[in-house]
Amino acid sequence: MNAEEKTTGSGWRLHVDPTRCIGSGICAGTAPGHFTLVEGLSRPLAERVTPAQEVIDAADSCPMEAIVVSDVESRRQIAPGA
Amino acid sequence: MADTSEATIERYPFSDPDRLNLDPRYALLRRDEPLIRVRLPYGEPAWLATRHADVRTVLGDARFSRAAAVGRDEPRNSPRQIQGGILTMDPPDHTRLRRLVARAFTARRVEELRPRTRQVADELVDGLLAAGPPADLVAHLATPLPIRVICDLLGVPVADQDKFHTWSEAIVSTTALSVEQAQRYIDNLFAYMGGLIAQRRQEPTDDLIGAMVRARDADDRLSEEEVVQLAAGLLAAGHETTVTQIPNFVYVLLNHPDEWARLRADRSLVPHAVEELMRFVPLGVTAAFARYAKEDVEIGGVLVHAGEPVLVSIPSANRDETVFPDADRLDLGREINPHLGFGHGVHHCVGAQLARMELQVVLDVLLDRAPGLRLAVPEAELPWKSGLLVRGLTAMPVAW
Repeated sequence: MNAEEKTTGSGWRLHVDPTRCIGSGICAGTAPGHFTLVEGLSRPLAERVTPAQEVIDAADSCPMEAIVVSDVESRRQIAPGA
Repeated sequence: MADTSEATIERYPFSDPDRLNLDPRYALLRRDEPLIRVRLPYGEPAWLATRHADVRTVLGDARFSRAAAVGRDEPRNSPRQIQGGILTMDPPDHTRLRRLVARAFTARRVEELRPRTRQVADELVDGLLAAGPPADLVAHLATPLPIRVICDLLGVPVADQDKFHTWSEAIVSTTALSVEQAQRYIDNLFAYMGGLIAQRRQEPTDDLIGAMVRARDADDRLSEEEVVQLAAGLLAAGHETTVTQIPNFVYVLLNHPDEWARLRADRSLVPHAVEELMRFVPLGVTAAFARYAKEDVEIGGVLVHAGEPVLVSIPSANRDETVFPDADRLDLGREINPHLGFGHGVHHCVGAQLARMELQVVLDVLLDRAPGLRLAVPEAELPWKSGLLVRGLTAMPVAW
């Protein structure tokens, strides 16, 4: 499924669980427009974003599954996948 | 900012590896000259970063590229220049390939493999204890455990381990193998993996190679060659490093009897101990996989120009006193430990969680089964590897 097919139109929400994040820097390298490291841990640059493949990639690449991408309207989890 | 035009170029690495001791030069560089010009045995000169913050920037910042190394005379430790593969890619190409396997290596998935890993470790320790004392920890535990774990995960027959373990050495060889031999081993490894992949087209499997084949066949953006290289890389990197780190960890612990006793007394420290040992052991002998600046970037007070390669010293970053108080001391209870032992950024070790779990299992099984573990030979007689990218022991006779 690509980014466009997963949205209901009101955008996505990014959340990084700081208790899971190990600061690997994978997300900030994969999606530098969406994640940055603050004091060694990842933080979304903006909580609500326009749907983008890059944020799915970042969530799917996180070894700790610390990043959750969800649809703002339906609250359905978009990434990481199973 | 320093004037870079007059910078002198130093040979790198600074010295031949001496067991697990880090050259004292790094501490001086971190203090006085965090970015210097170096020349490796082959390839063009490069910058070398030694401070934790700078190393993290070079590895993590999208202004630095691995894809830009293609076509360059990359700084390297062996005459052979490997081009292609996931380590010469940037996002989004890198992401497309890494996504194929990343989900198999999450902390959650790896945790499911822990009971089986412990069971294998127990069987191997049975063999170790039956063979001595003394017996070789490398042959009985450190080598076979990571091989069995990665074989189970990928779906590679353990029975072929003598073949692919030999070929995999080419991945970490600098001068241990001739150029021709290293190339032949790599060709063999790729051909072997190509064969396993072809088998899965005939008979689909649930293992990771089977999943990679299905993903490749469903997504025509992935080439067959990319999938073969990635699978071969996982098999080789998936065991060479952990095989080497297990004896390194045990060696450090036996050299720090107070810390070993502390671990015996408080087993809840095992996960912390693994992180601290990842920080403390300078696994890499040299630096490799230079990042090329895509634009002018200031690092460590020096302007790195677009197109220039920058190497990093992870062992140096892991001893940075501004990040790790009392950095040269092994402290298994260290609370804040943002070591870079698995790298940083998009190329951060995909198998990091698997390696962590295996290393924790090894410490646990040794503490349970051989708490009186000790070297069976004088330390000076331990045989160290040479001509490789990594430091490690070829054998480790132990008693208990």
